[in-house]
Amino acid sequence: MPKTMFEKIWEAHEVKENLLYIDLHLVHEVTSPQAFEGLRMAGRELRRPDKTVATADHNVPTDGTPAAAMIKDALSRKQVETLEANAAEFGVPVYSLGSETQGIVHVIGPELGLTQPGMTIVCGDSHTSTHGAFGALAFGIGTSEVEHVMATQTLVQNKPKTMRINYKGTLGEGVTSKDLILATIGRLGTSGMTGYVVEYAGEAIEALTMEQRMTVCNMTIEGGGKAGMIAPDEITFEYMRGKAGVPDDFEAAVERWRQLPTEDGATFDTEVEIDASAISPMVTWGTTPGMVTQVSATVPDPAKMDSPADKEAAERALQYMGLEAATPMEEIRPERVFIGSCTNSRISDLREAAGAIKGRKVADSVRAMVVPGSALVKAQAEEEGLDQIFRDAGFEWRGAGCSMCLGMNPDTLIEGERCASTSNRNFEGRQGKGGRTHLVSPTMATAAAIEGHFVDIRNWS
Amino acid sequence: MEAISIIEGPVSVLDRSDVDTDQIIPKQFLKRVERTGYGEFLFYDWMRDGEIELEPNPILVSGRNFGSGSSREHAVWALHQFGFKAVVAPSFSDIFYSNSTKNGFLPVVADEATCQAIGEAGNARIDLESQTISWDGGEVSFEIDAEIKRRLLGGLDDIALTLQSEDAIAAFEAGDGGSYGPVTTSL
Ligand code: SF4
Repeated sequence: MPKTMFEKIWEAHEVKENLLYIDLHLVHEVTSPQAFEGLRMAGRELRRPDKTVATADHNVPTDGTPAAAMIKDALSRKQVETLEANAAEFGVPVYSLGSETQGIVHVIGPELGLTQPGMTIVCGDSHTSTHGAFGALAFGIGTSEVEHVMATQTLVQNKPKTMRINYKGTLGEGVTSKDLILATIGRLGTSGMTGYVVEYAGEAIEALTMEQRMTVCNMTIEGGGKAGMIAPDEITFEYMRGKAGVPDDFEAAVERWRQLPTEDGATFDTEVEIDASAISPMVTWGTTPGMVTQVSATVPDPAKMDSPADKEAAERALQYMGLEAATPMEEIRPERVFIGSCTNSRISDLREAAGAIKGRKVADSVRAMVVPGSALVKAQAEEEGLDQIFRDAGFEWRGAGCSMCLGMNPDTLIEGERCASTSNRNFEGRQGKGGRTHLVSPTMATAAAIEGHFVDIRNWS
Repeated sequence: MEAISIIEGPVSVLDRSDVDTDQIIPKQFLKRVERTGYGEFLFYDWMRDGEIELEPNPILVSGRNFGSGSSREHAVWALHQFGFKAVVAPSFSDIFYSNSTKNGFLPVVADEATCQAIGEAGNARIDLESQTISWDGGEVSFEIDAEIKRRLLGGLDDIALTLQSEDAIAAFEAGDGGSYGPVTTSL
C-alpha cells in the first residue's frame, strides 16, 4: 500500500508499538531544569548526549550582554546558569550566551545542519513543528516528556491522525508564507488541526524557500496541529549542503531522503484544499492567531458572527485590543514593531525586511526593533550590511534570542502598547501585560514601522 | 505520580474558549527551576485584575481548545498546585492534554452541553475507572486512551515503565535506526 511521508518516518522509528525512538532532542533553559533534576533524583543518566543539544534563548538579553553572568534579572541568570551546569554534568553540548552558534532553538537546529529529513525531533517547546519543513517528524513536548527522552531516548506516543493541505496556484506578489499560514489558520480555526500531523503540499509550497517553509511549519501549532511537514526536495538538499551537522556522505543521504515523500495514492485521514492565489497579506485583529483578516479588510463585527462562543470571544478580544468593529485594518497604528522570533528571524526574513526600507525612516510614532534568530544570522546580516540599513532607518539592532516574542527578557510591551510583530502568538499579555499584538509578515511589519500604520504591501511603493 | 480514580466535589467555571497557557501561567513565572510553587500564580493577570475569580475546587470546567499555545508543563503544575484535580472541556490542545496525564491531573473531554450542565449543577463526580461524569441531573461517559487510563489509575511512572523495554531500545539502537541523524557531540 502506498505510504505517506509521516507513516514512513513513524514506522522507521517504532521501537515497539507506541514507543517512538527520538533522533534529536533539542533543549532550552526554560523547560529543562525540572527534567534534569528528575534524572538526578532518580540516579539516571542522560542516555544519548550525542543526540541532544542545548541552547539558551528564551531568557537572554539582546542588548549585547556577553555572558550568562551578566543577565541582570537574577532568575533569568539562574536559569541560564542551571542549563550550563546541567549540560556539563550530563555531557550535553551547549550553545549558551556568548557562543558563536547560540540562538533560538528552532533557528539553530536547521542552520547547524542538525535538522535533517526523515528524523524524529522533539523539544520542550511547541514550535518544534518548525523542523518539519525538512520532512522530519518534529513536535513539542512537556517537561515530563523531556525527562523521558533524556532517560530513554524514546517517547510513548499514540499514532496521530494525518491531514494534507493542498495549496493550488501560487502566492501573489507581496504575499508571503506567513500570510499563507495565517490565512490557513484563519480558515481552519485554532483547533482545526488538533490531533493531526499536517503535510503541506502543492505548487505554492514547492515554490517556497526552506526558510519560508519553516515559517509555515512553525505556526502549525497555532492551528492546534501536532506537527507540520513538507516533503524534502532539491531546495531542501541545497539548503543543507555544507552545513556542519549533515552526514559525511551527503550524496548517499540525499538518495535516502528522496525516498521519503508521500507516495501517489497514499491516503490521509483528512484532506483540505486551499487556493493560494487568493491569499492576501494578513493581519491579526484579536487575541488568537485564528482572529485574522486581510489587510485590505476591516475589523470584523462580532454582532455578525453566528456562534455565540465566537461572538463572545471576539467581543472580548476587541475590547482587549482597543479596536472598534468595522475599522479599516490599514488605519490601525502600532507604536512598536518587532521583527524576530523563530517564525521570522532568519537571514532571508531580515533581507526582505531590509529590502523594503529603501532609504525611508521609521515613523516618529514608532519604536522598532530587529532581533536576529541566532548569533550566526546576526553575523551574516552584519556582513551583508543589513544592520546598517536597519539602523539608518531608525530600527534598533539587537542580539539573538526569543526577545519580545514572549518577553521573558527585558524586551516587553507596556500596558496598552500596540505592536506589529512577526512572531507567532497574539495572546493576551504575550509580549507584555496589556500589550496588543498584531501578527504580520516581515515586510508588512517594516511597512507599518515606516508609515506608522498598517499598509497593504501590494500597493506600497 | 499520584494515582487517581474518583474526583468529586464543587466545580469552578471558567467560561472562555481558547484559554492559552500564557494565561494559565504567565511567562514571568517560568523562570523557576523547581516543579513547585506555581499555584499562587495561576491566571495571574486575570486574577489580579479581578477579571475572573476561581475557587480551588477539585473540578474546573472551561471552553473549547483549553491549554492551547506553549508546551509549558508549568500550566499543569499551576492548575494542580492551585487545587484542581481535573479539568473538563469540549477540547484540549494536544500537548496540554499529554502534560496533564503525566502529572496525575485528569483532562476530561465532554461536549458543550455537558460542560454547561456541570457548571450549573455546581458539583460533579468523575469516575475514571468507569469513565463517567455524573452530576445532579445527569451522567455521561467520556473517552480516554486505555493505556493512559491504566497509568493514571496506577499512578505509574512512565520512565520506569519504558525502561522495562530496555532490550527493545538497545536492539533498535544497535540496528540501522540508531544511526540516523547527527552526532551533536562531534560538532
Ligand atoms: S521565538 Fe517565541 S515562539 Fe519561538 S521558541 Fe522563542 S519564545 Fe517560543
